[in-house]
Amino acid sequence: MIVALLPRLTLCLMAAPVLAGVGGTLFPALAGGGAGFRTLAAWPGLPRAAALSLGTGLASTALALLLCVTILAALHGTPAFDRLRRRLAPLLSVPHAAAALGLAFLIAPSGWIARALSPWATGWTAPPDLLILNDPFGVSLTLGLLAKELPFLLLVALSSINTAQAQRRMTTAATFGYGRVSGFLLTVLPDLYRQLRLPVYAVLAYAMTSVDMAMILGPTLPPTLSQQVVLWRMVPDLTQQTTAAAGAVLQLALVLAALALWRGVERLSRHALRLWATAGHRAAALDAPVRWIANVTASGLALALGLGLGALALWSVAADWRFPALLPATLDLRGWRVALPDVLPATATTLAIALAATLPALGLVLGCLEAETRHGLSATPRAMTLLYLPLLIPQVAFLPGLQTLALAIGAEGTWPAVALVHLTFVLPYVFLSLSQPYRSLDPRLTVTARALGLTENRIFARLRLPLLLAPILTALAIGMAVSIGQYLPTLLIGGGRVTTLTTEAVALSSGGNRRIIGAFALLQTLLPALAFGLALALPRLFWRNRRGVRP
Amino acid sequence: MTLVLDRLTVDLGGRRLVALDVTVAAGEVLTLMAPSGAGKSSALGAIIGTLGPEFTLSGRVLLNGQDVTALPTRLRRIGLLFQDDVLFPHLDVGGNLGFALPARTPDRKARIDDALAQAGLTGFAARDPATLSGGQRARVALMRCLLAEPRALLLDEPFSRLDAGLRDQTRRFVFDRARTLGLPVVLVTHDAQDAQAAGGRVLSPLGAPESPAPPAFAQ
Amino acid sequence: MHRRDFGRLVAGLALSPVLAGQSLAAGWDGLLVQARGQTVYWHAWGGDPKINAFIAWVGEQAQARHGVTLEQVKLAATADAVARVQAEQAAGVATGGAVDLIWINGENFAAMKTAGLLYGPFATALPNWPLVDVTGKPATVTDFTLPTQGFESPWAMAQMVFEYDTEQMKEPPQTLDAIAEWAIANPGRFTYPQPPDYLGVTFLKQVLYATLPDPALLQAPVDDATYAALTVPLWAFLDRLHPALWRGGRAFPASEPALGQLLADGEIVLSFAFNPGRASAEIAAGNLHDTIRTFTLTGGTIGNASFVAIPFNAAHQAGAQVIANLLLDPEVQARAQDPAVLGFQTVLDVAKLPFADKARFDALDLGIATLSPADLGPALLEPHASWATRIAADWTARYGVAK
Repeated sequence: MIVALLPRLTLCLMAAPVLAGVGGTLFPALAGGGAGFRTLAAWPGLPRAAALSLGTGLASTALALLLCVTILAALHGTPAFDRLRRRLAPLLSVPHAAAALGLAFLIAPSGWIARALSPWATGWTAPPDLLILNDPFGVSLTLGLLAKELPFLLLVALSSINTAQAQRRMTTAATFGYGRVSGFLLTVLPDLYRQLRLPVYAVLAYAMTSVDMAMILGPTLPPTLSQQVVLWRMVPDLTQQTTAAAGAVLQLALVLAALALWRGVERLSRHALRLWATAGHRAAALDAPVRWIANVTASGLALALGLGLGALALWSVAADWRFPALLPATLDLRGWRVALPDVLPATATTLAIALAATLPALGLVLGCLEAETRHGLSATPRAMTLLYLPLLIPQVAFLPGLQTLALAIGAEGTWPAVALVHLTFVLPYVFLSLSQPYRSLDPRLTVTARALGLTENRIFARLRLPLLLAPILTALAIGMAVSIGQYLPTLLIGGGRVTTLTTEAVALSSGGNRRIIGAFALLQTLLPALAFGLALALPRLFWRNRRGVRP
Repeated sequence: MTLVLDRLTVDLGGRRLVALDVTVAAGEVLTLMAPSGAGKSSALGAIIGTLGPEFTLSGRVLLNGQDVTALPTRLRRIGLLFQDDVLFPHLDVGGNLGFALPARTPDRKARIDDALAQAGLTGFAARDPATLSGGQRARVALMRCLLAEPRALLLDEPFSRLDAGLRDQTRRFVFDRARTLGLPVVLVTHDAQDAQAAGGRVLSPLGAPESPAPPAFAQ
Repeated sequence: MHRRDFGRLVAGLALSPVLAGQSLAAGWDGLLVQARGQTVYWHAWGGDPKINAFIAWVGEQAQARHGVTLEQVKLAATADAVARVQAEQAAGVATGGAVDLIWINGENFAAMKTAGLLYGPFATALPNWPLVDVTGKPATVTDFTLPTQGFESPWAMAQMVFEYDTEQMKEPPQTLDAIAEWAIANPGRFTYPQPPDYLGVTFLKQVLYATLPDPALLQAPVDDATYAALTVPLWAFLDRLHPALWRGGRAFPASEPALGQLLADGEIVLSFAFNPGRASAEIAAGNLHDTIRTFTLTGGTIGNASFVAIPFNAAHQAGAQVIANLLLDPEVQARAQDPAVLGFQTVLDVAKLPFADKARFDALDLGIATLSPADLGPALLEPHASWATRIAADWTARYGVAK
């Protein structure tokens, strides 16, 4: 009975803080007769900031989806795809801030790319005066977002795609003379996209409103709207607080408008694909160029992120590293020594919050999936939307309201409060990664167990949990990675007193000491990577004598 | 039209799965029968060109004298019917048929309507495939396959999902159409009734003649 | 409400220097007892690891000497802590607030003091207060023209100095006009942090000092009637300079460390800092090339003091005062002035210190790139805070959207 109620409880847990937070943000925006909106409208940067939010968000999401589809269309089911998946999977665990910092170290005029080409090819003996980072059009921000969102969409697609069915459809299309790419687009994508839709919306909402990535890679004259909202919120002047609230409301409206626009384009694309399918154009010539694009861009992004993280690692131990030297002249551990006193407590807090957010999330998700199995419930589209609500509503639109709420009840600035808010962000990802393996567990096993007279609880504990050990640990690792990477929730709900590796890394990023940034960003990356490593290794160890369940 | 499997063998990790040396004439149905296992699907994969790199293939597949062994699936023009009809759920019945019809075909709508009429499904073009019965779906799948103008037909247990009455009817429909168009047909099945109904030679994937109706289990 | 005001009045009286002697000592001893075992949350900008390390060292001293635990809450901007106290006030949190101590000055102090968000006066009652050089360093009691009245306690002096690479620039310019000429002749090699960043606004204020007909106007609040005309030369100066800045003025570094990193990376050749010892300290730490030297402008550069203040609702007001007093301790001050540690200027009157304490300062090697106190030149007083607010807002309106 309790199990049957879990899905509803979980949905409340997801929706309540978001709605309360949006209310808490709306109120100051509307208070004072809309004075906040007037000062917002008077800000000269507004049109540009709003356009940047829309532009970088839509561009990075569209590119990420396009590349995800391209990669799947060109490579799914081939050996090259498995290689690519192995290359991209670790990137999923890289926190946004670390990815952005690594990318910044790579593409800055004094970064690794410029060093590799200097002075022999470029003639530069000093870093060139080029506006690459923080460029006014948000190109580097778009690239940074793309590099993070593509692995995520690929992972979601892989967990939703029905491989056997997709193979049959592609083969059928091939016997009619269709190319791989056209076969995939016309026969597999329409079904697949239905399951990708919500994650894509979450990516769009995140990309439009990311604060930590925008702080590191985004434009500054003006910054993106979300970043400016956070800047206003930090100014000790009450009129600015209402401006910040008004900006948050505008940001919410922008996200909703972008989602509506996306839906429209979605409909048009669906229609266009249907017309194409009915008209019978085989378009086999697409295969070669699309495969090339898929390989080059995916490897390029993986390489860029990998090199960026390498640059972080190297900077953390670099002593003297002047432009245009490709490698540091000398190495030492000073950066780590300086960082160490802060690193240890921050790591402990980060881990405590990640576990305190992820374990309950995992429990709730298991409960929901178990309720599905036992009571034949199924997740309706509306329930899924509620589940995704914390990812669809921009963080700046509900976290300030939540912060005021937390202040009022005295929970603000405590790590359990931070963990509770992390839970709302962690749960959708845990659900996403666990639902497919859970649902595709062979139902005959359950029937067999029931026939043997086992109770549902025993079937859960003795059968499903052990069999799902690998996906459960993966979900746990993903949840921890999501929690570890959270910046704005930690900053606002933690009230600056809850210091995690991420808040520390982003705070340092304004400071510019690369050695210490490197140390923090590296640790921030290593922690989730460790979780993923354990998620891979433990089941292998546990099931070393059972080939059938070894991942 | 003829389909020749010229000393065609498939090996996996040193184990021989397929060994066929046979000519299938126009309108003839060759049945490959095996209880289960990798042999059937490997033979199928070898003929349409979907074998994974882990398999070793030797010999040739000839269609009307053309060696298609090295060609990708899409250039072989061999029609394939799965046991699951693989109708695309996001397209209506007409859309599914249009998908197979070559793009250059003039008067597409008439061709589609004509194909539906041949299948006894006049007026079904705008229907959602999900609303069709099993037999109707099987017929749509076959018509779709034929509209792509294949040079041979491969049937991968296409009748196993149908119930007995429908099965016989659908089987006859498929074989009749293939015979009318003069297509060589390879039927892969584990079902002796299918093999018997096909009326042609029955081989195991390793080329040994099989009896279409083993005496004890025939009926 | 009334009761709290009354309580504050009593606390103020008890700690005011009027009641000196026994009662003060007794009050302080009581405070020390109260403070023991407390954890003080010091909200301080956390962008510089050297400052963080210094604060950690102060924490060790506080623990060893007084049994007070010090936790630095690292901020990206001081205003964040101010906003926090404001939010607490709005939420009705009158006691047990999250912020015990804030590293503060200027606008943030003005905002908090005006809004009644500060505890005090407490500074003048600290046992180490008499050591502070209030006459020689008037900025220790006048924060951006606002008298501190004991609501904040100074702990470091700072003055703007320019830093340049002697390998790329032989003779440093001595005036802002000369700097502009040099920048225009060497495009892309100079910039300043983006206002409203504190150091960026300081650069604008320095330009105001150079372009106003009477710099004394800066000590009074902005006069709306004359502001526009008075700032015409400021904007003209920037309009001329911007195209020659790093990235053509289409992007600016975010903060002082970001600016320093540009110098360290060799992206710019001329930079500035609000700390005369920064360059030496960075060279000593191996972060900056040893060809970097510093200079100030003819006529002086802006200088001010860094303070600590205690919010009205701080949970650990006793502990916070112990930390404020510890920061004025000669040993702590001498350590802060050590270029290998921080290179901050002391707020104390070194000449009047007891011999042993004075020796600590005399023993300091100021470092390769640090100007002697004589060469540093006069420290110009900070303008009234309204100037900073106004020019920062106008800067954003003028240059905040890249052309």
